[in-house]
Amino acid sequence: MAQTNPQSSLQVGTWDQLKTRLNRGIWPYLLITTYSLVVTLLLFRNPSTSRNTDILFVLFLGIMLLTYKMALRPEFKLAIAALFLGIGLPYFGTLNPFYMDIATMVGIFVVLALGLNVTVGFVGLLDLGYIAFYAAGAYLWAIFSTRQAQNIFPGLAHLFPVPPSWFFIFMLLALVVGACMGLLLGSPVLRLRGDYLAIVTLGFGEVIRVLATNLDRPVNITNGAQGIRDIGRPPLFFEPWVREMGVDLSQGQLYQLFFYFLVLLVLGFMIMVVYRLSNSRIGRAWTAIREDETAAIAMGVPLVRMKLTAFAVGASFAAVMGTIFAAKQLFINPPTFDLLRSINVLSMVILGGMGSIPGVILGATLVTLLNLQLLPRLARELSVLQIPSQFDPTQYQRMLFGLLLILMTIFRPAGILPEDRRRQELEGNAIDVPAEIEQSPPQATEPDVGMKS
Amino acid sequence: MVVQATTGSGHLVGQRSIKTILLEIFGPLLQVLMFVLGSATILSLIVILFAFVLRGSRTDIDLLQGTLIILPQVIIDGMVRGFLFATIALGYTMVYGVLEFINFAHGEIFMVGAFVGAGFGLSLAQQRMLADFPPLLFVVLAILLGMIVSGVLAMLTERIAYRPLRNAPRLVPLISAIGMSLFLQDLVRMIALATGMGFNVRFQTPPLGGSLPLGQIPIGGDRFASFSIDSRALIFIVAAIIMLIGLNYLINVTRLGKAIRAVAQDRATASLMGINVNRIIALTFLIGGALGGAAGVLFGIRVGTINPYVGFLPGLKAFTAAVLGGIGNITGAMVGGIVLGFLEAFVASYLSLFTRGQFAGANYADIAAFSILILILIFRPSGLLGEATTQKV
Amino acid sequence: MKRLVSLLTLLVMMLGFIAACGQQPVAQEPTPTVVELTEEPATEEPAPATPTEEPQETEEPQETEEPEDVTPPTGDFEGLIKIATQSPLSGPQAAIGLGIRNGAELGVEQLTEPLTSLGFTVELAPFDDQAQAEVGTANANNIASDPDILCVNGHLNSGVALAALPTYRNASVPMVSPANTNPNITEGGYEVAFRIVGRDDVQGAVAEQFAREELGIQSVFIIHDQTDYGQGVAEFFRQNAEANGITVLGFEGTQEQSQFDSILTPILPQNPDLIFFGGIYSQAGPLFDQARRAGITAQFMGPDGLDNAELVTLAGEAVADMYYTSVAAPVSQFPAAAQFAQDYQSRFNTPAPPFSAQAYDVVGICVQAIAQAAVDAGGKPTREQVVEALRNLDPYEGITGTYEFNDIGDPTEATYFVLQVNYDPDNPEEGWNENAVVKRLTIAPPESE
Repeated sequence: MAQTNPQSSLQVGTWDQLKTRLNRGIWPYLLITTYSLVVTLLLFRNPSTSRNTDILFVLFLGIMLLTYKMALRPEFKLAIAALFLGIGLPYFGTLNPFYMDIATMVGIFVVLALGLNVTVGFVGLLDLGYIAFYAAGAYLWAIFSTRQAQNIFPGLAHLFPVPPSWFFIFMLLALVVGACMGLLLGSPVLRLRGDYLAIVTLGFGEVIRVLATNLDRPVNITNGAQGIRDIGRPPLFFEPWVREMGVDLSQGQLYQLFFYFLVLLVLGFMIMVVYRLSNSRIGRAWTAIREDETAAIAMGVPLVRMKLTAFAVGASFAAVMGTIFAAKQLFINPPTFDLLRSINVLSMVILGGMGSIPGVILGATLVTLLNLQLLPRLARELSVLQIPSQFDPTQYQRMLFGLLLILMTIFRPAGILPEDRRRQELEGNAIDVPAEIEQSPPQATEPDVGMKS
Repeated sequence: MVVQATTGSGHLVGQRSIKTILLEIFGPLLQVLMFVLGSATILSLIVILFAFVLRGSRTDIDLLQGTLIILPQVIIDGMVRGFLFATIALGYTMVYGVLEFINFAHGEIFMVGAFVGAGFGLSLAQQRMLADFPPLLFVVLAILLGMIVSGVLAMLTERIAYRPLRNAPRLVPLISAIGMSLFLQDLVRMIALATGMGFNVRFQTPPLGGSLPLGQIPIGGDRFASFSIDSRALIFIVAAIIMLIGLNYLINVTRLGKAIRAVAQDRATASLMGINVNRIIALTFLIGGALGGAAGVLFGIRVGTINPYVGFLPGLKAFTAAVLGGIGNITGAMVGGIVLGFLEAFVASYLSLFTRGQFAGANYADIAAFSILILILIFRPSGLLGEATTQKV
Repeated sequence: MKRLVSLLTLLVMMLGFIAACGQQPVAQEPTPTVVELTEEPATEEPAPATPTEEPQETEEPQETEEPEDVTPPTGDFEGLIKIATQSPLSGPQAAIGLGIRNGAELGVEQLTEPLTSLGFTVELAPFDDQAQAEVGTANANNIASDPDILCVNGHLNSGVALAALPTYRNASVPMVSPANTNPNITEGGYEVAFRIVGRDDVQGAVAEQFAREELGIQSVFIIHDQTDYGQGVAEFFRQNAEANGITVLGFEGTQEQSQFDSILTPILPQNPDLIFFGGIYSQAGPLFDQARRAGITAQFMGPDGLDNAELVTLAGEAVADMYYTSVAAPVSQFPAAAQFAQDYQSRFNTPAPPFSAQAYDVVGICVQAIAQAAVDAGGKPTREQVVEALRNLDPYEGITGTYEFNDIGDPTEATYFVLQVNYDPDNPEEGWNENAVVKRLTIAPPESE
């Protein structure tokens, strides 16, 4: 950075110094332990929903971020993550179902964002209709676990609705269906580049939504705009032994726990798959395609196969999440799967940092928290100020979200936790970066001190 | 953007013959009109054929007759839709041409134009001047106001939300644009509520006259299909054509147009040639925004009621149209808009007629539009008029 | 060394977790009065022009016994009771959703006397469901987690309500809807679902009967807005029309908000006697207006979604003398509602939108039920007790009607109206309040299942 003014560079200096100091020796261990304990105790002391709980909950989730950023031994990090995700969060969830729901929704959106990240972040194919795969998975389970399926196969009416335990089979089925849809959409549009692909995928997403809205005639498949109610839920197979352990929770809470852990399981699997893929031959081929398609072809990268793989991987996970979402919500209708939702997921990927797995996880968590918890809370806090009703901030959550998107992109164009490669690129290009980026606060270029242990 | 490779280097505007200039202004327009005629004819033939084949399937009404009766109206609907998409699509395509990014907020620029026009009408009505205001003058003034506000707004959005991101990864400005779109929607809503316009706003105009009868054609028996065109639709089409002529003049004849084309082709080289790239990009947003604003005013006059979310869908369709025609190509955007508009109007009006209402046409029009888009892109991967060589590697 | 440290800290953390878990039940018991923040203290805003009651001093601790109390309350009657609203406060339907919130706010300011006299503090907790099922569900979980919320006043959209109802059922939160007319709300087997409006199946039948018998309609083209509400009522209209020999020329749905040419053009040659629109006024306005301009001469009709003065602003002459049905009495029918409309206007600077008066009544119903449950329970009631009290509600005299509930949560008798628009070209919105009631039917909800 050529011409940062002295004062800001001084600030960067002290900040860096502090960071380095805190990242040495036993300091990070002490810090993270105290932080976790204090936040956890404060949070558990009063679990009912309030402003303080909202703030504490975010700080509570911050444990994960801090653990990731600190220079700690990997085993220690894993242990904290396991404690946090396996005990701390679900336990708090049983105290306050709202936050359990939030945590589950965060998990669902993290998986979606990771899936989209494969196409957008790894391969650089802009997909604006990603939610269609999610919708397909949701409708798959919704139709077959209710009487809707009888309308499609009138001859086999006695087979439907399928028994609830088939949910797990349908999760696998959704994986296959999602992958097939990905291939189906991918194969005709692979010859298109960049923005043509964007509009085709956007169209695909709209087509799926329009079909969901209108396929109540001539044969009632999706029940149209009315949506599908009373979607089946898998049986709580673990209920007896949970009860035996003396845990007294209602059926609803057990289901919440069940879906939380199910999402967590899929999420873990997903992270593993994505991480392995990104560091494999396929992942490198994807990066090559993203950086320069022509050069990639010249180097012998099988373009079509690689792009199709990316589409299929992203789509299949979205579809699996769709089935879980349908079973969790018990009710789905077409507006849940509109374009704005696709855009939401895309904004998670880009805000977090395209191509960066931790970044995307963080982005998805932040955006979901913002939409479901923080913006409503902020708006309600602001409404105490006795603003005239026309300017009542509870009405303008979308505006706040829009503003946030603009500010974030201006001040962190590579995302919050950028992918290493992209960060280097941005710094390398510093010569023709316009003045705005130069003057932006020091976070604009991540000082990578203390990032690695 | 179409780069007229034929204009040799060194030629100054003044040295070109009138004939070349006229050709450059009206050439693209002729192309557009040919697509209008072509789409209308082909689609009409297709529906008549369908009606003929399916004649026996409906006993309650005479399908062929029903098809023919509404045909003139469908063609007019298609033209209005087509020119609407075309004028909005121009904004997308011009911005794409110079910056290679999708300005998602353009639909909202369009919506702001509609609100400015409605506000103009409303304030006249409050002064009790609306009823006696000369209708043509009203239309012209509303369009001009809409153009100014929308154009300046588009320029501002570029300055605030896009310029700082010019060197960021490709998709980042897109997110900024989406943020801008959400922001503008609610900002306009806030202003509309605060000023007492309300959420759904009636676009008040002086009396513009009713339908103008154009003629009648006999369609067998003693029944006639009467042609008539809603005066508002007529205003829409005429104004849109005038704007397209103006734009073609601006882009193909003036020095500014040449600079825009140069920036679109190669930003770095253009800047080496002494073109102020930032200024040209800002002006491109101004022009695109002004066109969008004008389209918004015309749309408002035509449909009568607007709300802050009215820009989203037309924006999306116009974006589709721009891609259909070959994004970055100005004539392509117009052609794409026309083709899409006709297609939607025909599918929407005839599908339910042919399927006995089993498939509601108006809903499947979207599906038809996107299917055609995919088909065309498979056979012509860079759009109807896009050039295969314009891909920038 | 490092390994040792990490092991040690882990141990400490484990202990911490265990400590937290162990400590928890103790900490939970004192009712969370700790850091409850108050959104809109009802006391701060003096309600303008409320002639009847002066219950504003909510802080007053002394208990004035309810006259009909049989058993004197035994427990301590202190504490906070919240009534939540869920409606879209942002997005395209914010205009009506705000009406529900604001109506409820007025209700909390004016109607909470039965509870405040018992010593409770009553607050409104407004939520924005953004007309999205998912947000509605998230809010429902939020509501479920707040033990002070004893009653939900919402939703506007049946789709969102149906999505949120499983959550309400799990937490036994009663939902009293001021606006949802979709039969599935109460037919769905949710014991926590109540509503004070009629049902679309009845409304569709009423509309059809009126069209057939009084207007002599022979053919109809039906358009709906593809929402649970609009499509539902249109579907019931169609079923009745087909059963009774009206020719249904078409049945189409559209989510288009402004440009209707492609729907209207196919209607032209079919020349129906009537166009029935199932949906909301904001869509109906431009639709009717454009239909007239396109040369369609059919009569128009629609359900209670059209009951808004803005319709005449949007559609102008096209809706002059139009008939529509309603599940709620027009404001002009009840003097009390007129007072409400006046209060609303002066408080929020805008005329009361549809369902705001119903939301106001829902607050009254909630308050009465909670108060009853509190008296019975001798303290702050549980949600289950409030549900029970709602089920056995003494007839509640509201500004839009008198309400009590049947087994599934429908009002035992709902009144359905057929109204005719009174179009006054000089002052369209004012004329709306003089819309004439052409027909008035009191119908019990149909037998369920």
